[in-house]
Amino acid sequence: MSIRLGGIIAGLAITAVLVLWSLVPGAYNYAFGPAPEKQPSYAFYEHGEGPAGGFSFDGAFGKWDYAQLQRGYQVYKEVCSACHSLKFVAFRNLQELGYTEAEVDAEAKSWTVPGIDPNTGETTTRPGMPTDYFPMPFANNIAAAAANNNAIPPDLSLMTKARHDGSNYVYALLTGYTEPDAEKAAKVGFETPLGLYFNKHFPNVNIAMAPPLAVDGQVTYADGTEATIPQMSADVAAFLTWTAEPSLVQRKQTGWWVIGFLLFATVLAFLSYKQIWAGLKPKKG
Amino acid sequence: MSFAWAKQYEPQTALTKWLDEKLPFPRLVYNAVGAGYPVPRNLNYMWNFGVLAGFCLMIQIVTGVVLAMHYAANAQVAFGTVEHIMRNVNYGWMLRYAHANGASFFFIVIYLHIFRGFFYSSYKAPREMIWLLGVVIFLLMMATAFMGYVLPWGQMSFWGAQVITGLFSAIPLVGEPLQVWLLGGFAPDNAALNRFFSLHFLLPFVIAGVVILHIWALHIPGSSNPTGVEVKQESDTVPFHPYYTAKDGFGLGVFLILFTFMVFFLPNALGHPDNYIEANPLSTPAHIVPEWYFLPFYAILRAFTGDFGIPFTDVVLIPAKLLGVIAMFASILVWFILPWLDKSPVRSGHYRPLFRKFFWVLVIDMAVLTYCGGAPAEEPFVIISQIATAYYFLHFLVILPIVSQIEVPKPLPFSITEAVLGKDKAAEAPRAGTAQGGDAGSLPDGSLQPAE
Repeated sequence: MSIRLGGIIAGLAITAVLVLWSLVPGAYNYAFGPAPEKQPSYAFYEHGEGPAGGFSFDGAFGKWDYAQLQRGYQVYKEVCSACHSLKFVAFRNLQELGYTEAEVDAEAKSWTVPGIDPNTGETTTRPGMPTDYFPMPFANNIAAAAANNNAIPPDLSLMTKARHDGSNYVYALLTGYTEPDAEKAAKVGFETPLGLYFNKHFPNVNIAMAPPLAVDGQVTYADGTEATIPQMSADVAAFLTWTAEPSLVQRKQTGWWVIGFLLFATVLAFLSYKQIWAGLKPKKG
Repeated sequence: MSFAWAKQYEPQTALTKWLDEKLPFPRLVYNAVGAGYPVPRNLNYMWNFGVLAGFCLMIQIVTGVVLAMHYAANAQVAFGTVEHIMRNVNYGWMLRYAHANGASFFFIVIYLHIFRGFFYSSYKAPREMIWLLGVVIFLLMMATAFMGYVLPWGQMSFWGAQVITGLFSAIPLVGEPLQVWLLGGFAPDNAALNRFFSLHFLLPFVIAGVVILHIWALHIPGSSNPTGVEVKQESDTVPFHPYYTAKDGFGLGVFLILFTFMVFFLPNALGHPDNYIEANPLSTPAHIVPEWYFLPFYAILRAFTGDFGIPFTDVVLIPAKLLGVIAMFASILVWFILPWLDKSPVRSGHYRPLFRKFFWVLVIDMAVLTYCGGAPAEEPFVIISQIATAYYFLHFLVILPIVSQIEVPKPLPFSITEAVLGKDKAAEAPRAGTAQGGDAGSLPDGSLQPAE
């Protein structure tokens, strides 16, 4: 009895403290206090969508579009890699994009990576090898910040997994550089700070990255695809999805085999369960 | 212990006879989960989750031990070694996704197991010890899961470690030094990561040890059942094997289908994208949220927004942060006294009309707390989580004792056999009635008197 009495007293005490000292002042403040201030920039944010028709790897049966991944790699190499690293990806991984071993060799050679002079031991640079990882564009974070108006360009290896709905987010961000509605901006006194760029799909709409894909035809695709801004954006978003999760398609395909087997095994388990219990069930009627 | 009619282990071959003499391990298994363990014949699917929880622990230990072979607990490289597992280790992505989602499914299973216990009052005499050990397992699981989430050394890992160890800094006088001692520094860094890895490896084996005690304690009175009427006779039970091994086999299949679906098709759905950003002490995430299975308790922690003091003065008796920490720990510790808060002699919620309504309110309340725990600390979520927190404590500490006092339970069946078959020959035999006119046998403890 004393436990229950103590419990009732403790329960009422906790509730009283919560209601009188937290809930009532909070509710009073919510009802009569000043409304929380919102940044004017929130009025300009728009949730971004992915490319029309989606990506080839979407859905449970999704597959890589190797031509698109190769185009996306070209965009990364010619545009993004000037500022953004890809530190978890090695040149050898490019073979998964459909390149032959010789092509990967040649591709690796086209990059310059840090090396050590075998005669003097001094640091130097050399052409890449398939075992090398993609090189860092800046020596360190301070150099990266100094060259980019104090913003450090993030590593892109995992970008599509590090944002909600990442593949679509990358596409939306790259196509989201517009001008804010001038009338609305004048009304709320919104202005993009100097050195930042307006992007309606970036969470606070002011992004430090200048529009990386600014004109159609910025990249001349090897396969002759017309390089519109949406096309390049979709291609590089697909490529970054692959860098973030090279096993994505293998994972889904393995999943079907696993679930298929488990469905079969579970049906068998259900039937044996029913058979074993059959003698015990009450007879109907 | 076992019932008098339990089957006895009889070794058949020379080898098993020899083994039974030297180390009767097969006998132990036979009596624990074999034909030698008589179990109520009326268990429903809610009784599958004990076996499933054990299976989850095995998944976590097996995948975790292999992951540990490829992981390095060093703040400089930890994030990179996780990516190494994802990219370079054969089927490393499968191991890691199975381990991360395995933690989530472990908690799903455990929450269903706990709420099964709430509904059917599995905590009541004579099973209090099983319940107490279960709460200990749950607390160990929470510690293990929290430390495991720190290991990938992403942004949520780092800031989660900062927030959770920061809870200890709310303790008066010793709080700040205690946090520094726990972390091995002024902020989460290599020292913290190393000890969390060490403990994350150790604790699952501690859990396995307490699980053995949990099952041992279970075998003293035997399993509870959906009627809450104790086993009285052989016709009330069936041997665990093959009856419940078959049923658990089917349950395991269903569980594995759901689990592998998440692992192979939505592996990151239960995680947070920020944890794919490497830990950065200089950049705080916009919203720091724990893993989903901690959200109800996180909501209780954040519900206390006002310092407890003397009104209209500046005197603060207990700061809001400390109140929140006390409430969060109390919200789980209250389960320890649950067997003594609920005095109703009837166990099963099926026969307790008033209790049953409050049980479902508690389920909704926990769902609301989970949602509010994941929402930003803004109105109206703060007020909603305060109301839900108040209900949570009122439910266990005030409503349960009062309901169990005033409720009129529905009549119980004479036996499990009667509940299943609709009639029981033993029930027609002359029997001793009690002063209240009910059947002696209809008391939840069988022929025993209720707890008080």
